[in-house]
Amino acid sequence: MAAVIPDPLDHHHHHAPSGLMRWLTTTNHKDIGTMYLIFSFVMFLSGGVMALTIRAELFQPGLQVVQPEFFNQLTTMHGLVMVFGAIMPAFVGFANWQIPLMIGASDMAFARMNNWSFWLLPPAAILLLGSFFVPGGATAAGWTLYAPLSVQMGMGMDFAIFAIHIMGLSSIMGAINIVVTILNMRAPGMAMMKMPLFCWTWLITAYLLIAVMPVLAGAVTMILTDRHFGTSFFNAAGGGDPVMYQHIFWFFGHPEVYIMILPAFGIVSQIIPAFARKPLFGYASMVYATASIAILSFVVWAHHMFATGMPAVGQLYFMYATMLIAVPTGVKVFNWVATMWRGSLSFEPPMLWATGFIFVFTIGGFTGLICAIAPIDIQIHDTYYVVAHFHYVLVAGSLFALFAGAYYWLPKWTGHMPSDRLGKLHFWCSLVFFNVTFFPMHFLGLAGMPRRIPDYALQFTDFNALATIGAFGFGLSQLIFLAVVVKCARGGKPAAAKPWDGAEGLEWTVPSPAPYHTFEEAPLVK
Amino acid sequence: MGLAARIAASTLLLVPAAAAQAQGAPARYNLQTPVTGLAEQIHDMHTLMLVICLVIFVGVFGVMFWAVIHHRRSRGAVAANFHENTTVEIAWTVIPVLILLGMAWPATKTVIAMKDTSEADLTIKATGYQWKWGYDYLQGEGEGIRLLSSLSTPREQIEGGAAKGENYLLEVDNPVVVPVGKKVRMLLTANDVIHSWWVPAFGVKQDAIPGFIRDGWFRADKEGVYRGNCAELCGRDHAFMPIEVHVVSAEKYAAWVAEHREKAAGAAADEAREWSMAELMTRGEQVFGTICAACHQANGKGLPPTFPPLDGSQVVLGDKAGQIDIVLHGRPNTAMAPFGGALSDADVAAVITYTRNSWGNHTGEAVQPAEVKAGRNKS
Repeated sequence: MAAVIPDPLDHHHHHAPSGLMRWLTTTNHKDIGTMYLIFSFVMFLSGGVMALTIRAELFQPGLQVVQPEFFNQLTTMHGLVMVFGAIMPAFVGFANWQIPLMIGASDMAFARMNNWSFWLLPPAAILLLGSFFVPGGATAAGWTLYAPLSVQMGMGMDFAIFAIHIMGLSSIMGAINIVVTILNMRAPGMAMMKMPLFCWTWLITAYLLIAVMPVLAGAVTMILTDRHFGTSFFNAAGGGDPVMYQHIFWFFGHPEVYIMILPAFGIVSQIIPAFARKPLFGYASMVYATASIAILSFVVWAHHMFATGMPAVGQLYFMYATMLIAVPTGVKVFNWVATMWRGSLSFEPPMLWATGFIFVFTIGGFTGLICAIAPIDIQIHDTYYVVAHFHYVLVAGSLFALFAGAYYWLPKWTGHMPSDRLGKLHFWCSLVFFNVTFFPMHFLGLAGMPRRIPDYALQFTDFNALATIGAFGFGLSQLIFLAVVVKCARGGKPAAAKPWDGAEGLEWTVPSPAPYHTFEEAPLVK
Repeated sequence: MGLAARIAASTLLLVPAAAAQAQGAPARYNLQTPVTGLAEQIHDMHTLMLVICLVIFVGVFGVMFWAVIHHRRSRGAVAANFHENTTVEIAWTVIPVLILLGMAWPATKTVIAMKDTSEADLTIKATGYQWKWGYDYLQGEGEGIRLLSSLSTPREQIEGGAAKGENYLLEVDNPVVVPVGKKVRMLLTANDVIHSWWVPAFGVKQDAIPGFIRDGWFRADKEGVYRGNCAELCGRDHAFMPIEVHVVSAEKYAAWVAEHREKAAGAAADEAREWSMAELMTRGEQVFGTICAACHQANGKGLPPTFPPLDGSQVVLGDKAGQIDIVLHGRPNTAMAPFGGALSDADVAAVITYTRNSWGNHTGEAVQPAEVKAGRNKS
């Protein structure tokens, strides 16, 4: 390639390298956002293949498809891949694309660190997925990696630990970037309490990430030293305590749950008003509710541990604190419904997904409340009821909101309208198959089927078969989304700068697709 | 709670599945039929919660779907512009708090009752092993009884070579036996990793944590056979270590204790004698199959790196005392748990003899129970 001498006067000329180097070296928030989104979708599909293998084994009682060791590896890796590889990076992708556009900033505050945050992820993913191929296979200790089982694992466990370290580093850097961007780079006139709710929820999420990712790193490092360096943090024979691991893990783990749902609340809070053509009801209370949920998330962790045998006072405290979370969460649901009330509603794909989110996520909220009652939790802890519960909040919650957001902002990202027909098909297939998959799991759990088992007693046969059919339907439905995105990226009906007539916000003031550089001159917000 | 409970009860009757369940069919849509007071309380509390949640659900989504249907642009709906109402916002914060208080009250009483393990008639210690349960009757009638309880479903049923029996994966060789109507305190611990002892019909689920002892209790009101599973992921055969409890009348229980004592006395006398090589090998193969093969595999090749092979192992081919020590006391920081508590001297002697003379190992050495006894006394 012939060398080009850049014109020193032409500041706005774009000199980025092309091809692979463009993506490796880019510091542009839009490029990085796109890479995050593609990465998370690839991880979503690989985690999905693991889930379908699990469901295939559970289609009938007996062992047919995989052996128990490998089954446990699959459940563990499905959890790790979906949490750390799919859901979390997807939200960071949304943050990268949207936060600068929504607050009128030209880019993220630390553009080079942004590049580094992303490029840490592929090596982490290779470590994680590669661990299937080391002697002994991937870790099979469950995504929670409880000691002492995780201390027993083979080399795959060490791969997972290092993958978690790297992904944690990436998350912390991403979170710092988001905090600094939001606090320092808002356009003139964009007061905190005028910020779009998506930015608010991400700001609070970023603080959660900074607070708890180091805790997780500490927990897995202690496992590492117990495994190889003769420490006994979690070994009673050496003065340690296996339950201490659970306390540390869930001190991370519970806020982690909200890390995966708060940005989803943000996305839904952008979409509902846009398609109700009516301002968000109770903006201030939404902000306060989000902050309350975040604060409460630090003081409820041991509700994951009722069966470990805490003293009565401990159980009661964690039960009361957990029940309290229902209040701010309820406020959010009521606010969304009040926003829709007496609006002028239309149901394009983003709104369908957002409405579906409220409906199905709330079911997960109710089962969460039931799980919070300590005596009931004693019966349903570690059963399929819990599996049903957290898939209602993570799939119907986080994932549905991610789809809602994708359909909402795809016109801005690609400059083309996503197919309305395919978007609706994707929604209805997903909604129906999601419920066919996960609703029967409530019954399975109540009737006594433990989770994380490759084989089960005969009375659980028919609901398992049903769940497997639903799971394959749900998995295949996601290919519709792939088709929508590919079609939309390649062409289609050109999108206006503001393709949704009720949408509000700075992102709709720039053309579609958003130019490579936006808001080089900060806009003035009145 | 009177009215709420009545509403809950009448709703339950409307669900035919729940009615069918009351007649003894296995649980299908709901918690298993309770046979203890605690399980009963949990069952009723769950029903009450479900009803409250359903009422709120119908209310909230009634409003939402009303809006979805009637406030549509395609129906000519024009958007209002309200976006705040302090009264409403305070109301929907305070009312849920009150509802939660109503839910917390019965739950608190049950938590306190579940934790009251005092004045038990019978105390049984359950120990979780990878992947079976050991039971020690510590106090009360039957004191001193020990049993090891492993899955009795044949491997062919699991692998599809044979038709699956009625209690597939929920049956064991040596079930726990307890008398009806007596308060049984369960002490839980584990030998290797965390397990969890769970019998749904009793409303008891308690993690078994290695190095620690936790407890729970139940008083079964009805004779019968009750089944459960290990509830905490504990490695490969987590799905294959069920719990089977037989609740029997006081007389039957006394008879069971007597029978068990007699057998144990006979076995003890038998243990002390000198064993022949053939006897040791037969017994050893049996013990290896139920205890060791899960990790070290029937062919002695193990599952490296976590579970090392015994075929050609330096330990197995080395000094007898060294191997006895490892089997009795385990190996710290590895998956090898101590088996001194679970196995008798003769069992240990037999299984060691078996490993030293199977596959490619041909030491020709027999280990006698007396040597194991000596190994126990050393530490």
